[in-house]
Amino acid sequence: MAETSLRNFSINFGPQHPAAHGVLRLVLELDGEIVERVDPHIGLLHRGTEKLIESKTYAQAVPYFDRLDYVAPMNQEHAFCMAAEKLLDLQIPRRGQIIRVLYSEIGRLLSHLLNVTTQAMDVGALTPPLWGFEEREKLMIFYERASGSRMHAAYFRIGGVHQDLPEELVQDIYDFCDPFLKVCDDIETLLTENRIFKQRNVDIGVVKLEDALAWGFSGVMVRGSGAAWDLRKSQPYEIYEELEFDIPIGKNGDCYDRYLIRMEEMRQSTSLMKQCCELLGAEHGPVIIDDNKYAPPRRGEMKQSMEALIHHFKLYTEGVKIPAGEAYAAVEAPKGEFGVYLIADGSNKPYRCKIRAPGFAHLSAMDFLNRGHMLADVSAIIGSLDIVFGEVDR
Amino acid sequence: MQSGLQDIGEFISSKLPTSVNSSSVERDELTIQVKREDILTVLKFLRDDPQCKFTCIIDICGVDHPGKPNRFEVVYHLLSLKHNTRIRVKLETDEQTPVPSSVSIFPGALWHEREAYDMFGIAFEGHPDLRRLLTDYGFQGYPLRKDFPTTGYLEVRYDETQKRVVYEPVKLAQEYRDFDFQSPWEGTDYVLPGDEKAEKDAGKGEG
Repeated sequence: MAETSLRNFSINFGPQHPAAHGVLRLVLELDGEIVERVDPHIGLLHRGTEKLIESKTYAQAVPYFDRLDYVAPMNQEHAFCMAAEKLLDLQIPRRGQIIRVLYSEIGRLLSHLLNVTTQAMDVGALTPPLWGFEEREKLMIFYERASGSRMHAAYFRIGGVHQDLPEELVQDIYDFCDPFLKVCDDIETLLTENRIFKQRNVDIGVVKLEDALAWGFSGVMVRGSGAAWDLRKSQPYEIYEELEFDIPIGKNGDCYDRYLIRMEEMRQSTSLMKQCCELLGAEHGPVIIDDNKYAPPRRGEMKQSMEALIHHFKLYTEGVKIPAGEAYAAVEAPKGEFGVYLIADGSNKPYRCKIRAPGFAHLSAMDFLNRGHMLADVSAIIGSLDIVFGEVDR
Repeated sequence: MQSGLQDIGEFISSKLPTSVNSSSVERDELTIQVKREDILTVLKFLRDDPQCKFTCIIDICGVDHPGKPNRFEVVYHLLSLKHNTRIRVKLETDEQTPVPSSVSIFPGALWHEREAYDMFGIAFEGHPDLRRLLTDYGFQGYPLRKDFPTTGYLEVRYDETQKRVVYEPVKLAQEYRDFDFQSPWEGTDYVLPGDEKAEKDAGKGEG
């Protein structure tokens, strides 16, 4: 064949591809089956969250965070509330902190269950998602019983959480934990030693630690490459300091290690949930700060007290005013470091609210990760990056 | 923690006296202001110096202050895993002046800078691929600037007769509701409707 008749092949991957995890469009340049260049086109789910937040009060910003990484909504709310609380210098009541941790770990399970099982689906296994989604359904009912909503909870508020948990709910969450470990084992029997799963994931998408950091990776993506780095341990917030849990780390930095880490993190999260349930059974008290300048008064109080009524009216019209200043608060979200950089100008609306989404940094390295891999590896790598478009596109 | 951050700030200022304008620690967060031209020197120093080792790029974002002569602020957030510290690096620029691109130091800056360009129109000099990132193909304007309306200018719909997607100026069924709930007794800088006369009369009374 003449030299000139050879040419690279460009294909469009997505935005309607099931392995694109939402609305990712990849323009792939192929040489045969080898990927030469990847150009991700994102923004198909861009809703201008940051702009919208600038025109709403602080309390009204919280629900927008549910809609970012919509598989683990409360973890995002947490980062925003922490940033606002940092600016206001608020101390959250202890029971509120425990509930926050409990629901952050439920969020971690929700996210990892979705990711691990759909990653398996990307490489051809159909059963794991069916098993995993059954558990997610139970967890979303816990969300619903606490906040009234399965996904878009708006449960974490500036100063604490919206309402206390009923005792039966805490008990039900506790009872969920041990059987769930069995489900983890079951899912592992399908995948961990599965020949096809290993062939598709071992030594695929290897990232060295220096590269991972220079590309701004966080969470499982740096732990997979061997860094013992978890914000819950290294920069502990809420009550993580007194809880007992381990941070699994990988050795090879490939897709398979990241899968193993997620499986182990689910077990650790389950143990954290149990610890929180035990604490909730022993310790009672307020779940949101008692200062009506920041947190609304209870319903019952409003029926009796004029002052409470005025506070409620002021909070839900004018909202909280945050003194001028700036703060960056980050949480260890299931996907990595989720941060909120909040600039306040003294009014009732944020001046600027930059959302630092872990998936954005991970996806930006698509070209770096995929170069030289086979076309079929692209979907395995996307699967192990743990991409959710709500947070990438914002 | 507080004094440690202070020390790092002073250390950086002493090592790069010409590049760093100021450093401050507020709410346990270290912020340094740097000269725009020197940002690459500063980032390189922060990444490589054994006392700093800010090897992880967390975020780069723009901030718009329309009133200032240098309208935009570019804010870099870096993280050091080794010392478990964070730093915020800030510089100022205006609509025309490009900022040196930090892609050569942190490849992760690639998309963060594209996003800042997309959202604010901040140009990055030396960026290998400065295209729009999040907005629509062929989008005009910079949506996160303060003078860009939240409603935007164009709306998109599928036209059944033309059998294609069409762009039209935004038509709103009701006016965009921008509530102002600031208490009129404190914090507002405008005159309530009906109050203009009172203000004027008050002025007369004095004169």
